[in-house]
Amino acid sequence: MAGETEATKEKRATKAVNNLPKHAESTNGHMRRVPTQKGFGASFDVYEADAVTHEELDLSTEDVLVMYRNMLLQRRFEERSAQMYGKQKIGGFLHLYIGQEAISTGTVDAITVGHDSVITAYRDHGIALAAGMSPDACMAELFGKVGGCSKGKGGSMHFFSNEHRVFGGHGIVGAHIPLAVGIAFAHKYKKDDGVCVGFFGDGAVWQGSFHEAANLASLYEVPVVLVIENNQYAMGTAVDRAAAEPDLYKQAAGYAMPGALVNGMDVFSVCKAMRNHVAMARRFQPSIVEIRTYRYRGHSMSDPGKYRTREELDAEKSRDPILRLKSYILDHGIGTNDALDAIDQSVKEEVMASVTFAENSPLPPLEAIYEDVYSEEGFPFLT
Amino acid sequence: MATLQLREAVRAAMIEEMERDEDVFLMGEEVAEYHGAYKVSEGMQEMFGPGRVIDTPISENGFAGLGIGAAMNGLRPIIEFMTWNFAFVAMDQLVNNAAKIRYMSGGQYSFPIVFRGPNGAAGQLAATHNSSVESIYSSFPGLKVISISNPDDAKGLLKSAIRDNDPVLFLESEFMYGMKGEVSDAEDYTIPIGKARIAREGDAVTIIGHNKSYWRAMEAAEQLAADGYEAEVIDPRTIRPFDWDAVVASVRKTNRCVIVDESNPFASVSSEIAYQIQARCFDDLDAPVKRVTSKDVPAPYAKNLMEFYLPSAEDTYRTCREVLYLD
Repeated sequence: MAGETEATKEKRATKAVNNLPKHAESTNGHMRRVPTQKGFGASFDVYEADAVTHEELDLSTEDVLVMYRNMLLQRRFEERSAQMYGKQKIGGFLHLYIGQEAISTGTVDAITVGHDSVITAYRDHGIALAAGMSPDACMAELFGKVGGCSKGKGGSMHFFSNEHRVFGGHGIVGAHIPLAVGIAFAHKYKKDDGVCVGFFGDGAVWQGSFHEAANLASLYEVPVVLVIENNQYAMGTAVDRAAAEPDLYKQAAGYAMPGALVNGMDVFSVCKAMRNHVAMARRFQPSIVEIRTYRYRGHSMSDPGKYRTREELDAEKSRDPILRLKSYILDHGIGTNDALDAIDQSVKEEVMASVTFAENSPLPPLEAIYEDVYSEEGFPFLT
Repeated sequence: MATLQLREAVRAAMIEEMERDEDVFLMGEEVAEYHGAYKVSEGMQEMFGPGRVIDTPISENGFAGLGIGAAMNGLRPIIEFMTWNFAFVAMDQLVNNAAKIRYMSGGQYSFPIVFRGPNGAAGQLAATHNSSVESIYSSFPGLKVISISNPDDAKGLLKSAIRDNDPVLFLESEFMYGMKGEVSDAEDYTIPIGKARIAREGDAVTIIGHNKSYWRAMEAAEQLAADGYEAEVIDPRTIRPFDWDAVVASVRKTNRCVIVDESNPFASVSSEIAYQIQARCFDDLDAPVKRVTSKDVPAPYAKNLMEFYLPSAEDTYRTCREVLYLD
């Protein structure tokens, strides 16, 4: 209609849908179901940056400092990992999470670690450390040592901790999204009040496994939050070069679920959004949350990053989630520069200790190659 | 002993295990309200409710992965594929997730999950609906593969598979669902995974066959008996892990071996069996190990071509006579 605003257009569309009967005659005389408001005409929540204070989130000053340390631990751990990769202490692929730490830290605030479950893709160091897995075990895993969180059998892409209910660390794009739904299905089946948060990247949205999993999640009403960590690039392919609909959160409408868009450079925005969506999941309302973020480093260590400009990278770094929280802490008198420096120092020491631990942890013994394939003891492997 | 159709034996195993353990559930296309595409799960939703016998959309990748996630988080899913042909779109879930996550996590998770459904030829359905998948999946460490030939094994081995803490692929057959057979009515009847069955004893030649091929082996053995040669027939029942001891003991006795395998020939179950026999029994062999497989082409539609495509009892009989140097 002429002169109509977007908002009124949406309202009109919603009303039109609501006015239709649940079932309507189709032209060939068969009964058919008509779309409900759940899908078409859906609205989405948007969580902007700098929109919420720590008081509004009921976070104490101590909580804020813990968050700061939590993000900084991920950052410093990965900076040191990159250095160790350069020294060839780490093999294979190394995908760094640097720039995305507000997402992991904001999420662990919203769940009960060890009761709720998380699962992610191969850029997994951040959520592992945020959830409390020991930097020692994580660094030793990168070094391929027996003291690693997966006994040196998984490497960078496959961090697991059953104790923390970190269900990996998965290397095939999108393949773990159905697992997230299955983990949530089991929470519901066992009636244990647990929720699963499943993270995956913008690239994974175009795998069929995402769409199958999203449909099953909504159909079976499982307690899952499907989190799209949109760091703008699937390896070197920008979102709008891969996506017919670059607003990825809108995928939620197709599966009749709530969807939300979150600024992932502000840990408080992530925290607020994830609390809301985890609460929905606990009431068996799954949802899709797109968190927009940015990875400062390459896709992996071998990526020269020629698909983006220096200016773009610098602009994104100026929105850094750790610097943002640091400014917030200083502006709100939560901590002094000295106090924050002391946190940084203690984090650096913890990370250096993890390197020492990893260096000193033994290599897996050769006989370990036949261990952990099956639960059954004594499987007759061909030799 | 009770006489059951193979589909009834599979159903009985699932019912008993679901009654025994609340963590066991059945999920798949048409398993609930339709009672199973081949009526294997007839009436089970009424017995256990829609929370434990669960229809899915046509999303093999999705619901196979859902089952794997549920297994990681403590449940014991039975995932039915309407046929194994349709499970190729879920192959990533089976070979990358079910088979490997335990290893990649350093043994932190178990995967007590059964994927089951009919395998191999099912008539004039052309190439995409006649795949035998045991050779492919048996090459992936982390999986176990069972392929059954009769109702008794179906019940005993499926119960064991459901109780097993590792992922088991359980291969049935459309052609055999209606086949009747005696099934033990021993309470809590299970058959150990990884143990072959000597179905017929003899000293002239060992014939190895699983699933439908077992019956071709038995038919060939009858024909050989009429010629005065007693074949020993082995049904391996489990493909991975394979019962090498049973095969080696038999070949040491008969000095000859023919393998019947519905797989396409290249890098198939029969290839591995033949390799293992030459490596383990070289000095015992009086003839080359031979095999009868499906032809090295996609399955055709035309009736005569399809009959020619599959390994037959006649081919098996003729091949046995070859290794006995009778012709």
